[in-house]
Amino acid sequence: MAEFEPKIVAFVCNWCTYAGADLTGTSRIKYASNVRIVRFPCTGRIDYMLLIKAFDEGTDGIIVSGCHPNDCHYTSGNFHARRRWIMFRSLCDFMGIDIRRIKFSWVSAAEGAKWANIVNSTVTAVRELGPYDEYKKVAKKPVKEVIHG
Amino acid sequence: MDELRKRAKELLEAGTVKVVIGYENGTAGRTRALFAEEPKAAEKLIFDSRCIMNLASYITKAEVKAKGKMAIAATLPVMRAIIQLASEFQVSDNNLLVLGITPESTMIEFKDIAEVEAFVHKYEIEIEAKYSEKLEKLNKMTPSERWNFWIEELSPCFKCYACRAACPMCYCHKCTVEFNQPQWIPVPSHDLGNLEWHMMRAIHLAGRCVDCDACYNACPLGIPLNLLTKRMLIDAKEHFGGYQPSIKADHLMSTYKPDDKDNFIM
Repeated sequence: MAEFEPKIVAFVCNWCTYAGADLTGTSRIKYASNVRIVRFPCTGRIDYMLLIKAFDEGTDGIIVSGCHPNDCHYTSGNFHARRRWIMFRSLCDFMGIDIRRIKFSWVSAAEGAKWANIVNSTVTAVRELGPYDEYKKVAKKPVKEVIHG
Repeated sequence: MDELRKRAKELLEAGTVKVVIGYENGTAGRTRALFAEEPKAAEKLIFDSRCIMNLASYITKAEVKAKGKMAIAATLPVMRAIIQLASEFQVSDNNLLVLGITPESTMIEFKDIAEVEAFVHKYEIEIEAKYSEKLEKLNKMTPSERWNFWIEELSPCFKCYACRAACPMCYCHKCTVEFNQPQWIPVPSHDLGNLEWHMMRAIHLAGRCVDCDACYNACPLGIPLNLLTKRMLIDAKEHFGGYQPSIKADHLMSTYKPDDKDNFIM
């Protein structure tokens, strides 16, 4: 059997991590191709419902990343996001969602190498954990839903 | 509570308030909400240990607000909810008069919501011992055991939203569960939708829940969903210095400190 390749979804902010990931590319640093990047205006916009939806749709791990504290383009978006993450992580842990699969990080626009490291280490960690069968079993839709729009 | 009955009657006779919200005898030995608009109706007001529902869930309803100025018989959790609602600009001194019922079952009439706050701040929100034990037990489980526990506990839920209706903090005109483009929460009574609904409910109440247990008491299936909000309350204490509703202070989740915990961020 072929080795399990995890699907990772990264929720990143436009101003730091997205630019950082861009730098990783322009610097020609190779990193795992398991990651799908979703760009947001700010980490403050990353609703926890979106993270849950990512698990629904069959992702095995999530990366959430934005500007370092005090570097936010909107001054305090990442500080507000951090508070929300503290609560969200704790609730996930309490409900038994595997929080080892959700990684949070600060990556600035200059940290292309750090981004590659974070993706690689997350992919390695999730590969060891295996597919997120527990959630996938539950996420199997009871009725085939027709998606509009 | 003769005192309460008398005062409610006076207020209605004088026309100071248009409606008094309190408890009355219901069916099957239970109590229900009373909306007294006539002085005579105020005689039906009662208060005893069965009066556990949170009446503050009515004061944000448009049809109740439309009646005019309201007076509300408020126990400690109800007073807490009123303060939180006032801080979210849902009620104000202009449309609400609080007839407080102290934990010793005496009545105090408050001049304004600031006075209610001064009274409420004498009491910390404490989690009952039976719940702390349960939470402790859950904390000791492995994540997979907790996962199975919640899937099992939530499985009977058919999303009647009684918990939402009973909660004074759930006053949005359109709730996330009613959005269907995209469908955030799957509607069928199915593990996924149940899990997501309860998760969403708990996180929307983080830093706002006044721990009145109205959701748990309203649940027709006895799902221990108040454990989730209690856990949020403990986290608020652990990370942000505790929660106490206040009309002046910032809301816990809409403020921040530069030194909030970040040891989990790479």
